[in-house]
Amino acid sequence: MSALNIKKGSTKHSAYNLRPTFSDVQETHTLAVLVDNEPGVLARVIGLFSGRGYNIDSLTVAEVDHEGHTSRITIVTTGTPQVIEQIKAQLGRIVPVHEVHDLTVEGGSVERELALIKVEGAGDKRVEALRLADIFRAQVVDSTLESFVFQITGTPEKVDAFVDLMRPLGLLEVARTGVAALSRGM
Amino acid sequence: MTRQMTGAKMVVQALKDQGVDTVFGYPGGAVLPIYDEIFQQNGIRHYLVRHEQGAVHAAEGYARATGKPGVVLVTSGPGATNAVTGLTDALMDSIPLVVLTGQVPTFMIGSDAFQEADTVGITRPCTKHNWLVKDTDRLSGIIHEAFHVATSGRPGPVLVDIPKDVQFASGAYTEKTKVKVSHYQPQVKGDMETITQLVEAIETAERPVFYTGGGVINSGPGASQLLRELVEATGFPITSTLMGLGAYPASGKNWLGMLGMHGLYEANMSMHGCDLMINIGARFDDRITGRLDAFSPKSKKAHIDIDPSSINKVIKTDMPIIGDVGHVLEDVLKVWKARGRKVNREGLSKWWARIEEWRKVDCLKYKPSGQAIRPQYALDRLEALTKGRDRYICTEVGQHQMWAAQYLGFEDPNRWMTSGGLGTMGYGFPASIGVQVAHPDALVINVAGEASWLMNMQEMGTAVQYRLPVKQFILNNERLGMVRQWQELLHGERYSQSWSEALPDFVKLAEAFGAKGILCTDPADLDDAIMEMLDHDGPVIFDCLVEKHENCFPMIPSGEPHNKMLLGEASTKDAIGTKGAVMV
Ligand SMILES: Cc1ncc(C[n+]2csc(CCOP(=O)(O)OP(=O)(O)O)c2C)c(N)n1
Ligand SMILES: [Mg+2]
Repeated sequence: MSALNIKKGSTKHSAYNLRPTFSDVQETHTLAVLVDNEPGVLARVIGLFSGRGYNIDSLTVAEVDHEGHTSRITIVTTGTPQVIEQIKAQLGRIVPVHEVHDLTVEGGSVERELALIKVEGAGDKRVEALRLADIFRAQVVDSTLESFVFQITGTPEKVDAFVDLMRPLGLLEVARTGVAALSRGM
Repeated sequence: MTRQMTGAKMVVQALKDQGVDTVFGYPGGAVLPIYDEIFQQNGIRHYLVRHEQGAVHAAEGYARATGKPGVVLVTSGPGATNAVTGLTDALMDSIPLVVLTGQVPTFMIGSDAFQEADTVGITRPCTKHNWLVKDTDRLSGIIHEAFHVATSGRPGPVLVDIPKDVQFASGAYTEKTKVKVSHYQPQVKGDMETITQLVEAIETAERPVFYTGGGVINSGPGASQLLRELVEATGFPITSTLMGLGAYPASGKNWLGMLGMHGLYEANMSMHGCDLMINIGARFDDRITGRLDAFSPKSKKAHIDIDPSSINKVIKTDMPIIGDVGHVLEDVLKVWKARGRKVNREGLSKWWARIEEWRKVDCLKYKPSGQAIRPQYALDRLEALTKGRDRYICTEVGQHQMWAAQYLGFEDPNRWMTSGGLGTMGYGFPASIGVQVAHPDALVINVAGEASWLMNMQEMGTAVQYRLPVKQFILNNERLGMVRQWQELLHGERYSQSWSEALPDFVKLAEAFGAKGILCTDPADLDDAIMEMLDHDGPVIFDCLVEKHENCFPMIPSGEPHNKMLLGEASTKDAIGTKGAVMV
């Protein structure tokens, strides 16, 4: 009889899933999903990702058509090409989902994020924070004698860069919206 | 003029407008208004089960045997949670169900009220879609939409959660014909360009095989008819998954038998060696493919499926065709005929010669024993004594299920109900009740294992109450046989918790419910005992004591490809590698 000495992690995804036939290159895609804004719709989308083991890098949602009660969900996700295809097909199966667009393959997209960043400090550090904010075109939306709240919009990378610069200058708190995206051109 | 009525009345009205005449259910506080309406009418017959899981499986059996959606009515809280296994089962096997649950009044939702459960939350991942209805005016429209979603595209279970105050309140009834057209309209016609590619491949293939699944059955009897026409006209061999049995008749000359983990040698070898695989309504389940990197290495693969997410999920497809099986097969036949009905005769005859060699292995061969009843023998005799009858077969889950699939022949679709995707022990008995309700005069047999059968044995009460003459054919090996087989092959014959101890006396159990019990222990008595079961006009528990340590073969050990099958009494030592051992 065979001894049961199976190395931990000897199967990549799960006991059922030995997937040598697909590429394992990881890609990041931005998906726009148009849904009926009905109770539970976000739970369905998130439940799909957690239930099937997909990644969510960023997710934003808001009603975009108040009369038609439709919302737009923007999801940034990372996976192999096969997993990305699965995610799109699985999203398309959800009954209140009307459209699924992969902005990454449909000619690229404009992506923007908004962040609010609280920085405390006095003296040189305070001056330096203001100077950097100016370079990044961040606005001061609240200030006290010991602190600022900056508002910055831009690509996630730009927001990351600004947050990194604020860290040694007295970064206290960050709130980010996640990515909103639209395809380029018509 | 819109009609005003209470929510409870709307439920009954909407069901009638959907053509429903049968509901399986169990009452409770949160559905009392609906039960009150059911009491005061005649068009809908309600079958009172003994456990809500039973109601859902009965509805599944009903749905599978009729092609119509099954309908279930249960109460809030425990009623709804008891339905979860059945919902998951129906989702995995694409069975259309409409499940109605009661809920605490809207103003009490979220207060941890008595028998409150977050039913839509709990059932979100195990339904195709679900709704919590907060407004009586929307109730009938949602029920009509629920039927549409359950039966369109890839069928599946849906659930409508109805708070008690919504049932009491009055609102406007929306007629079925007035419901706004749902945006949910899955594509049924396949892409003609890919269909033409498939036809070209059919014309030239040397070693083709049809690999068919439950999607053919779900597409309706017309799809099975078209499949038969295509198979006969091309002369290609055909195999099927567990879920697809009966779409092509077992007596058909091109039939290779079931494929997969416990499939027939000739079926699996054909899958491994083919150069054109035509997947029709199957989903490359792991019980079918075995090791993926060695799955049918030399074939071009076409995949016809109504669910786009099935395409390229597991196996890369060369010719993906998204659409309804019936529609696509019609187009395939049309194009193929128009182009002159060509096939590669020379290649085909060589291919058939090879298949004949595999058939000669006679992989289901066994030696009947003089002392103990071998389970294969029991099924052979059951087949012989029921052949030609108006027969429906259900099964539980385990070895007996695989033997039933191997040794019984299915000539028509919708006559075989088994839990394939979820593998739910306890499915078969209530399913057989649902089938018998749908076909009162037919012979309905549940081929069961003793352990599975005990999981929903309370449904004996239902069978007796409604005089449903279901035959419970229990292959009693006093073991959780399939578990025991894996322990023998994989876990050093350490039979951990796989014994069925303290079994009831099934004859007395039957009698306690007011039914008939038959015990058979000797192969010499088997035929007479089966005839006694068939001749009895009422439910029967047939306790067929069989060989205890029988293994189910052929078997593809998990983690192995199709051409590495274990056959019959062949040595099984070290057959499953350590990689396969992690797979179940
Ligand atoms: C609800 C549920 N629990 C556990 C299992 C795991 N399981 C699969 S087959 C089996 C044994 C079934 O025994 P029995 O019904 O007697 O059938 P046999 O294999 O002996 O024919 C078990 C426990 C299952 N499939 N379903
Ligand atoms: Mg058993």
